[in-house]
Order: sequence, then C-alpha cells, then structure tokens
Amino acid sequence: MRFSGVTKRYGDLTVLDNLDLDVAPQEKVAIIGPSGSGKTTVLRMLMTLEPIDEGVIYVDGKPLTHMESNGGLVRANEKYLRSVRGNIGMVFQHFNLFPHMTVLRNCTEAPINVLGLSKAEAEERAVELLELVGLGDKLGEYPQRLSGGQKQRVAIARALAMRPKVMLFDEVTSALDPELVGEVLNAIRMLGKQFQLTMLMVTHQMGFAKEFADRVCFFYEGKIHEDGPPEEIFNSPKRERTQQFLSAVLEAG
Amino acid sequence: MFWDWDYAFDVLPVLAKASIVTIQATLAGFILALVLGLVFAIMRMSRNRAVTGATTAVVEFIRSTPLLIQIFFIYFVLPEFGIVLDAFLAGTLALGIHYATYCSEVYRAGIEAIPRGQWEAATALNLSPATTFKDIIIPQAIPPVVPALGNYLVALFKETPLLSAIAVLELMQTAKILGSQNFRYIEPITLVGVFFLIFSLIASAAIRYAERRLSTIGKR
Repeated sequence: MRFSGVTKRYGDLTVLDNLDLDVAPQEKVAIIGPSGSGKTTVLRMLMTLEPIDEGVIYVDGKPLTHMESNGGLVRANEKYLRSVRGNIGMVFQHFNLFPHMTVLRNCTEAPINVLGLSKAEAEERAVELLELVGLGDKLGEYPQRLSGGQKQRVAIARALAMRPKVMLFDEVTSALDPELVGEVLNAIRMLGKQFQLTMLMVTHQMGFAKEFADRVCFFYEGKIHEDGPPEEIFNSPKRERTQQFLSAVLEAG
Repeated sequence: MFWDWDYAFDVLPVLAKASIVTIQATLAGFILALVLGLVFAIMRMSRNRAVTGATTAVVEFIRSTPLLIQIFFIYFVLPEFGIVLDAFLAGTLALGIHYATYCSEVYRAGIEAIPRGQWEAATALNLSPATTFKDIIIPQAIPPVVPALGNYLVALFKETPLLSAIAVLELMQTAKILGSQNFRYIEPITLVGVFFLIFSLIASAAIRYAERRLSTIGKR
C-alpha cells in the first residue's frame, strides 16, 4: 500500500500535505498525533469515503483512487471504486452498525449482497467471527441492546466477514467507556494473530500502539512528522513536536 | 320538515355504494403517491445534475398548480394527444401524481435524517447504491415519516370529491345527482359529510396506532 504525494484540502485548509507513506503487506501501523493533523483523513481516503485532491494511492500495486485510461491515470469512477474497495475494511469510531438489523444480519448483509454468498454460508462465516470476538450468544440481538464495547466488536466482525486484506481502525475506542476499551483491544489483538491482515489504526491508546504496532507514525500538520518502530518513537523521539505531544498525552494518562 | 328521515334512508344505500368508488380512488391514488413519491425522492438525490434538476422542476410544477386543473388536464387535454383515459382512471392518476410530490418531500426529510455514518458503513462494506437504499436507508427512513405520510392519506381522501368535476360516480357526484333528481340536497350532502368525518377519524386512529407500533419497534 502506497500513498504518493497525496494532498487533501477542505477549502483553504490543507489537511494532508503531499503525503508519502508506504505500508508493507501485513504490517501493523499505528497513526498518532494531535487532532486536526489529518490522521483520520488518511483512513477515510483509503476507504474511498473522501476524494483526494492530488496524488495517487496504490493498494496491492493497483491505483485505488485513479484508473488507467489511454495510458494515463484519471480519477476513478464509482464502478471502479467498487471493484477495488473490496480489499479494504473499516471500523468506525461511532460503530455505525445498522440499528434495524440483528447482530447476525449486520454481519451477513454485505457478504450476501456483495460477495454473493448464500444465506447459509454467510451465516456460518458470521457466527464463526462473532464467536471469535466473544459474541456468539448475541446473534439475535439488536445493536441498541448492546454495550459500546459489544457494538464495536460486532463492527469488527462485520468488517472481517468481507475478508479484507487491509483493516482500518478509526479511533475505535474513543467513544467507549474506559472499562470497555480492553475488550475491544483484545479483539483487535486476536485478529492480528489469527488473520493475515495489514492494519492501519488511528488511536489515542499509546500503550496499545506501543505493544501492537510494528511502526508508529506521528502526524503533525498534514505530514508524517516522525515515524519508526514503537520503542524508538515512544522512548526516544527525535523531534520536538513528537516529544511535546507524547509528554502531553502521557501526562493525561 | 327540515330533515326527511325517509328520504335519508332511501339515499343511504346508493351513497354507500358510491363510497366504495371513493375508497377505491383513495387507495389506488395513495399507493401511486407512495411509490411515485419514493421514485421522485430518490431521483432528486441523484448525483446526475440533469436528473436532479428535471425532477425538482417537475415536482415543483405539480405542487404549485391546483389539483383540479391537473384532473381536468389529464381527462380533457390528454385525449388531444391520443391518450384517452376513463374518468376514474384519470382522476385517480391525477390524485396519485399530485400527492406523490408531497410524499417525495416527506421521504426526502426521512432520508436526510439518516446519519452519515450509515452511508459510510454501507460504502465501507462495498454495498451497491441499490442495496444501500433498499436494505439500509429506506427501512430506517420510512418508520419515522409514517405519521406524515398518513396525514397525506387523509388529505388525499378528503380531496376525492374533486373527481366529481369529471363525473366520476364517487360520493359527491352521487349526492349531487340524488339532490338534483329529488330537489333535496340537505340529506345526501349531509350524509356525505358524515361519511367523510367517520372515515377520517378511523384513519387518524389507525395512523396513531401505527405510529405507536413503529416507535416501539425502533426501541427494540
């Protein structure tokens, strides 16, 4: 996965500024940084929720945001986006479960309608994943009846049911009560072991980033200000802004 | 005597028969309004500017001109272009199309109330636009707007007497005929009013019941 000179603006505000980022297959990258530094935008562009203004994103060697036409690259149309999006799954800060569907149906809707699985196949796959995240007894519940941590684990199972190669986690514990954070992080930990996934996570859980990630990227003002293995970033950050940010965050606990 | 009971009981069966036509026109018109209204609402949200613009223009045009004129137009003017419809069909069609424009606004409000996260989750799961509408957006958008749609059902029902203008033998037209035959209007017209009152009250109660049912489903 490669970002090449990616720029994103909202009006006058430049959210991402000529960003270059390479992520190896099955690498686990944690993205940290102050709010407004463009962290979430990186994930949203990968998920094709935001169009990009300049640059190209490649996934699996294929351009994600653009398609080849007459030897050049032109901006991708909806049909092309649908064909490349299948490799990527995303878990959101606010879960975004479908409230009118049961837990099981949340996890079978896309496999049936997009991958063309039969209902039985899709349910088998969904049950397996829901059991894996510890929700095998909640199949028939509606999301309103679940705690935040349970909702987020359903969202993880729902994304995985599409068998993506890349999983994006966008501040997945930020909307949770503190005592529920652990169960969601445990679910993500387990996925890291069980599946061959490339993972990108925007997180404020520094302890988790340190333990789980292969690499940590510190975003500041739309650029990668510093990146490296977690020990290096957390124990001996080289740049001043990184040090300031980390000491502020760690002080807050 | 001011009110003639014998006459009233004489005309009652005739009016009861005519009420069937009124109810048929109401239901057929409303079903058309519900379906066409949804089509208008979705077309107005299209990414294609031409589709959005054309739909908006058509909806505004229909909403801003009187229903009676539209009824006349479909019944008397379309035959000039070779489209001949019988009175009931023309009237029902006009009712349905007119109310479809109101319903489309209601649907639009319901659809716009769906949080952006639902659309984003649908995109992240790679659902097609059709599946997104059918399985994710519409099932969540409709229940909250059922009361508003129900109000239009009652409103449409109360406008069916307009069909008497093109001689559809619904309640009003039948009452007018009875009145002119017997030179007494008070009984048939009053009975028609009572009929509309009773059915409107029943419909309102049904809407309130549906509203309660739907709100409990939402809290499941």
